[in-house]
Amino acid sequence: MYTIKDLSVENRIFINRIVAAFCVITVLTSGLIIRLIYLQIVGHEHYSLLAKDNSVKIVPLVPTRGMIYDRHGKVLAENTPSYSLELIPEQISNMDETLLRLQTLLDIPTDKIELFQKLRKRQKRFVSTPLLLSMNDEELAKFAVSRPYFPGVDIHTRLVRHYPYSDLAAHVIGYVSRINEAELKDLPISEYRGSTHIGKLGIESSYEIDLHGKTGYAEIETNVQARLLNTLNEVNPDPGADLYLSLDIDLQKTAYNALTGFNGAVVAIDIKTGGVLVFVSRPGFDPNPFVVGIANDAYQALQTSENQPLYNRALRGLYPPGSTIKPFIALAGLEFEAINPQQRLNCPGYYQLPGVDHQYRDWKKGGHGSVDLNQAITESCDVYFYRLASMLGIDHMHSFLQQFGFGEKTGIDLIGEKTGLLPSREWKLAQKKQSWYPGETLITGIGQGYLQVTPLQLARATATLANQGHVVTPFLVDKIVRAHETSPGPEIYQETITLKQENVNTVIDGMINVVHSSRGTAKGINTHINYQIAGKTGTAQVLGIKQNAKYNENSIDFKFRDHALFISFAPANDPKIAIAVIVENGGHGGSVAAPIAGQVIKQYLKESP
Amino acid sequence: MKTETRHEHFEPPSLLGTILRKLHIDIPLFIGLLLASLLSFVILYSAGSQDMDILIRQGERVGLAFLLMTIIAHIDPYQFKRYSTLLFGLGVLLLIAVLIMGQIGKGAQRWLEFGILRFQPSEMIKLTTPMMIAWYLAEQPMPPKPKQLAIAVLLIAVPTLLIAKQPDLGTALLVVSSGAGVLFFAGLSWLFIAAIIAICSALTPILWHFMHDYQRDRVLTFLNPEADPLGRGYHIIQSKIAIGSGGIYGKGWLGSTQSEFDFLPESSTDFIFAVFAEEFGLFGGLSLLTLYLLIIARCLYIASQAQDSYSRLLASSLSFTFFVYVFVNIGMVIGILPVVGVPLPLISYGGTSIVTLLSGFGILMSIHTHKKFR
Repeated sequence: MYTIKDLSVENRIFINRIVAAFCVITVLTSGLIIRLIYLQIVGHEHYSLLAKDNSVKIVPLVPTRGMIYDRHGKVLAENTPSYSLELIPEQISNMDETLLRLQTLLDIPTDKIELFQKLRKRQKRFVSTPLLLSMNDEELAKFAVSRPYFPGVDIHTRLVRHYPYSDLAAHVIGYVSRINEAELKDLPISEYRGSTHIGKLGIESSYEIDLHGKTGYAEIETNVQARLLNTLNEVNPDPGADLYLSLDIDLQKTAYNALTGFNGAVVAIDIKTGGVLVFVSRPGFDPNPFVVGIANDAYQALQTSENQPLYNRALRGLYPPGSTIKPFIALAGLEFEAINPQQRLNCPGYYQLPGVDHQYRDWKKGGHGSVDLNQAITESCDVYFYRLASMLGIDHMHSFLQQFGFGEKTGIDLIGEKTGLLPSREWKLAQKKQSWYPGETLITGIGQGYLQVTPLQLARATATLANQGHVVTPFLVDKIVRAHETSPGPEIYQETITLKQENVNTVIDGMINVVHSSRGTAKGINTHINYQIAGKTGTAQVLGIKQNAKYNENSIDFKFRDHALFISFAPANDPKIAIAVIVENGGHGGSVAAPIAGQVIKQYLKESP
Repeated sequence: MKTETRHEHFEPPSLLGTILRKLHIDIPLFIGLLLASLLSFVILYSAGSQDMDILIRQGERVGLAFLLMTIIAHIDPYQFKRYSTLLFGLGVLLLIAVLIMGQIGKGAQRWLEFGILRFQPSEMIKLTTPMMIAWYLAEQPMPPKPKQLAIAVLLIAVPTLLIAKQPDLGTALLVVSSGAGVLFFAGLSWLFIAAIIAICSALTPILWHFMHDYQRDRVLTFLNPEADPLGRGYHIIQSKIAIGSGGIYGKGWLGSTQSEFDFLPESSTDFIFAVFAEEFGLFGGLSLLTLYLLIIARCLYIASQAQDSYSRLLASSLSFTFFVYVFVNIGMVIGILPVVGVPLPLISYGGTSIVTLLSGFGILMSIHTHKKFR
């Protein structure tokens, strides 16, 4: 369709519109002008007064950060007074010269000067800005003598965050550090106008809002030198909330020390509540230098260290669970009625899938002979579980293990948790573009292959098993204590897996024998106790062993040695504490990991029987 | 600097005429733009705490922008019309690319990186949207009927929503006004205009629902800046103090106490008008507004003299959008509009906006200097 355009009409309309637009523009501009007249003539006196030398300034009042305590009230994070050298830019006529003189007087490293310059740029000129934090006595004395020559420079007492337990629980508590440019953009400006530090890791970071508190402000009248003349109005800050953790720092210390010489993780959970008692990742690191600004080379050393001390193994470390998965597979077998507990099976030391040459070997050369379910757990017979896995199939194993929280986050109140990996047919097709092979089902049954868990997941699954299928959700913060109210930590979502009690007890009997039977793989820890411990050892391969090769612990490099694992709970008849221990390159679960768990359990049950 | 060498050429008028004709430059408009740019240096020197680096960087950008304007002025307007759809389509694709990149990089992103060159598609779309709408409406009999109105609204909505999602409310606003400007100048009936305004006001609560928290905060702060004096209300309170304390005659050049003591944030960029009004007073503010009005009047004159529908729609819309720039920026600085990120055109420091602005003036000059018949 084509319509003939009427040019004269169009011309007329267009010129009309140009005129109309000019009218609109004139009217709107008049609006601007009226407002300018209002501000600059009518309001001139009022605004001049505000802008004048004797003017009202609004200064932030920074709240004190909340403390962090362990379950017995021991201080994990506190604010200690510290002397800092601070400058008020507005009062210093020649900043460069002053900095240079200070640098010669106190021998200040250049990077601190640069940091100060950066800090200064984003603050108001009348705000006191720190140059040196935590001055020592010598520096204090030196400056005190020359103080008259440095107008605008002063010593201030500031509260600095301090972590008395240093590297013991650094991964849990985390640390605060200077706010950086990127964080500044996302923060609520008014809340952080006076704050210099922010939680960067662990509880300090995940509970930042609670710990920080609410910034207040004061309207003050000042003169040209920014000297305070009069406070007109004050809105007090709300101090940050104190946090009480479920963590037991003495127990944490025992576990941490027990890991000496190894890298690894220990997580212990109070089964009744889900409160985390021990959360160790070793090696740790000292969080205190981060507070005052860690030196570059020290930070580099931490980052590049082969042992990765900054890495939170308990929360983020991914390990094959090895034989510690067997109690769960056994329970799956009973629940799906794939086996009955009395059924015996001959273990010749290897297992073959029908029509396949490949031999899936048992860890014990020559095999375990004829074993039932209880013995299979006690002696950790691989062949029994190859066969059980093959009967269950990957689909059943996947759905059953998922209920215990494998392959998903536990929901603990820490940021950065890993999900681990619980393989399934769908996962393999999506990720590897391959179908699932029967052999992969077998090795999943003994906790190898694609299966990967975090120490926290393992501890939680153990607690859930001990709890007869009532799912335990781990948490760290037990109580949040504010000035006028106390609130509980994170809300816990309670779920229950439907399980037959006799099946659970059958599996637990096997786990008791692991510790208390003469053939148990962790029988070394059953001394000096009047209760029973249930457990399961595990050994996770780091290196693939070829079909006919022999694994010799002494002949291979330390870092390729197997990881040692142990899961456990006690007392077996009334479970209170569940624990998972992973010792990287520790070798055997029974000899290295189990004693660590034993120490923690015994100490905990001695104190709170 | 490019601008200054050209300034020297003003001395011999007879030669100047020949050169400018060859350059396809409109003298009154050029003088207006040059004055505004020179003023920009004067204010920036004071607002930027007398930092020469800022002036040099601004000089580079202004030079580049004037160069680009001259080049664009050389192109026959017929070519703009011919490539309108292509450029518009390209702009929309690049906006989508930015959004995808932003999603990957987590967080707001507005530009694409081509090696050393940083390119902001939302700037390009400020010009190509009115080109597209002008192209579409110029082919149809005017005034536009409901069907054409619907299609045009759709064409404006696509880039606007993409930009609003970045999120860049200021630019989205400018894109809408450039597209709506074309519809207005094409003679869209007053009845429709009234209806659209009514619908928009009805949609406000829905829009509120979709706004980011920080965007809501800005609106709330605008309505009651005193509620949050340490945080978001700070800008508006401080800028009102700066302007009001300037009075009729101002505190004189470099006399701004508010920007000097860092009371006034963003004093070189979006809030530069506050520094200007503090130092040069009501007198200066009126002079600057007059300069802007003269530039806009010249642009509208150029539009009225354009010889085909496409050119006049494009020219008039670009002129009107320039006014929207001025109005929204000054309006927010003096506290009668919410704070959206729109710079003061030709004066504010930085941003790619000056390049886009002068490219638009290049198009206007091209339309005025390429007439087929006199």
